[in-house]
Amino acid sequence: MANPDATLAGAPLARETRPARPRRSTKSRERRRGRVGWLFIAPFALVFIVFLVAPLLYAFYLSLYTKGLATGGVPVFSGIDNYVEAFTDPVFLGGLLFVIHFAVVLIPVQMIISLAVALILDAIVTRFSRFARLMIFLPYAVPAVIGALMWGFLYSPSFGPLQQLFGAGAPFPLSPDNVFYGLMNVVTWQWAGYYMIIIYAALRGIDPTLYEAARIDGANAWQVAWRIKVPMVASALVLILVFALIGTLQFFTEPSILAPVANGSITLGFTPNIYAFNQAFQYSNVNYASALSFALGIVVFIAVYIFLFATRKRGSFLK
Amino acid sequence: MTTARIAAPKTAAKTPGARARSRRGSKPGPRALAYIFLGALVVYFLIPIWWLFVASTKDVQGLFQGTSGALWFDKTFALGQNLVDLFTYNDGIYLHWLGNSVFYALAGGIGATVLSVLAGYGFSKFRFFGRRFFFSVLLGSVMVPLTALVIPDFILLSDLNLTDTIWAVILPSLLNPFGVYLMQVYITDAVPDELLEAARIDGAGEFRTFMQVAFPLMRPAFVTVLLLSIVGTWNNYFLPLAMLQNTQLYPITVGIGLWEGQASANNGGGHSLWGLIIVGALVSIIPLIIAFLSLQKYWQGGLSLGAVK
Repeated sequence: MANPDATLAGAPLARETRPARPRRSTKSRERRRGRVGWLFIAPFALVFIVFLVAPLLYAFYLSLYTKGLATGGVPVFSGIDNYVEAFTDPVFLGGLLFVIHFAVVLIPVQMIISLAVALILDAIVTRFSRFARLMIFLPYAVPAVIGALMWGFLYSPSFGPLQQLFGAGAPFPLSPDNVFYGLMNVVTWQWAGYYMIIIYAALRGIDPTLYEAARIDGANAWQVAWRIKVPMVASALVLILVFALIGTLQFFTEPSILAPVANGSITLGFTPNIYAFNQAFQYSNVNYASALSFALGIVVFIAVYIFLFATRKRGSFLK
Repeated sequence: MTTARIAAPKTAAKTPGARARSRRGSKPGPRALAYIFLGALVVYFLIPIWWLFVASTKDVQGLFQGTSGALWFDKTFALGQNLVDLFTYNDGIYLHWLGNSVFYALAGGIGATVLSVLAGYGFSKFRFFGRRFFFSVLLGSVMVPLTALVIPDFILLSDLNLTDTIWAVILPSLLNPFGVYLMQVYITDAVPDELLEAARIDGAGEFRTFMQVAFPLMRPAFVTVLLLSIVGTWNNYFLPLAMLQNTQLYPITVGIGLWEGQASANNGGGHSLWGLIIVGALVSIIPLIIAFLSLQKYWQGGLSLGAVK
């Protein structure tokens, strides 16, 4: 990214050497140009304000009110009561704990698989590896709803292949004990290929003369992979981790699609987003749902921020 | 075309690798292991899609009491009949959903991309008061979980009486802060300031400079952001699920979710619905798979945009 400071700092210096009149006209021209810049940004800024800033402010406002039988259905200002309730609500906390646990286990597994595949695909270039790259990426083109549905069928005791492989004692991957891993498999299947392609593209962007230099210095293939390739794609890895973290904490689609076939192991408060959705649409508790959405947003924002702060030396995103 | 473009950097990278291999000489082990690993992964990633295809060719009888297993074809090959059932069920509502999905994805995707290109250009090529601040706000908003916005968006739009209309799905889909970030990064690199300055000195207005000089240079990033936005809208489930009541307006994801709920709610009459869900799922993934296979040369290069920087 070009450093804007450099351009801005350079401008006054250049102006000083010029005579007075052109300076003023340059300045006014720049100001006019600045207004044109705003025109280019305006359409996006409008959508940004209407569909991001305004809903967040409005949801925050609603989350400060409570509507209940005691108040005769009229919303009454209640301050942070909804937030106190949310962070002491065992259902919300349980869902939150689940997605955090899920993220902590899932993301490293997903990263290791996609990094390993990308390194292999980068090292061997054959017709088969090109084919493998495409096939591993393919699930990205499948909507999460359909992906979850397909795995739900494969898990199914009535028409999935597990029964035929293991007989009557076949494990049911959506039972309360297994649902964590059943879901982990669905998400890994859906996203590992996409992450792999991003890492792979970053690997292809490395200057190959670096490898040559390393080999002359006596490095073997493993050392080249660990000491050169992985550090060179660190910013891609950070980007992917951020996406994975955001996506996992707001987990919604896969568990809600699998809920009807999971025989009750996916509950109405399984993840924070499912809980907020049910509060809003099953119980028409808009105020509490707003507080839940907002609380979840804050948790995600803080988690991502801590993560980016911890890795700030490696990634250039948000520098 | 695709191969020519991809082959160039590959041969460059291949030579040192090939040399290292010949030095190791009699050790084909790691390479064979790599092939086995890749082969196993290909099988893993294809199995659900293979299962979906096989299951789509079965009639209800074959689906539940088939004799050749879940991963192989049954005696009766009923794909044609299943497709006819799918497209005629409930006055052809499936075709409605398919059309809605295409419409939402194109309207939301193209709209979001146009806004991203304009804003990315504005952030990258103009200096104005507050630019750095607003760009930081934009980057911060990439971290706001978009589904956390769905319920607030719903509440806001329902106060405006806009829920349960196509606008409730399309308008929120126009928001793509990450697309703006990608465009900004790409334009800063790929569109030289001198070129724009030259166009302005030649008397081209700002808009004409953008359209005729800058835009052609942004095309790879444009296609990538377009593809990502279209896929994002096409795959979206939470937003239309929250916004829409009228089943005629459903996109395919919510429609199939609806059928799934109905099928698992009544296990008796649900049997025939499971068949429709399976063949409906198969049909719904075909357009994007074709798009990705045929547009390889665009997305393969473009996906690295945010990562390489």
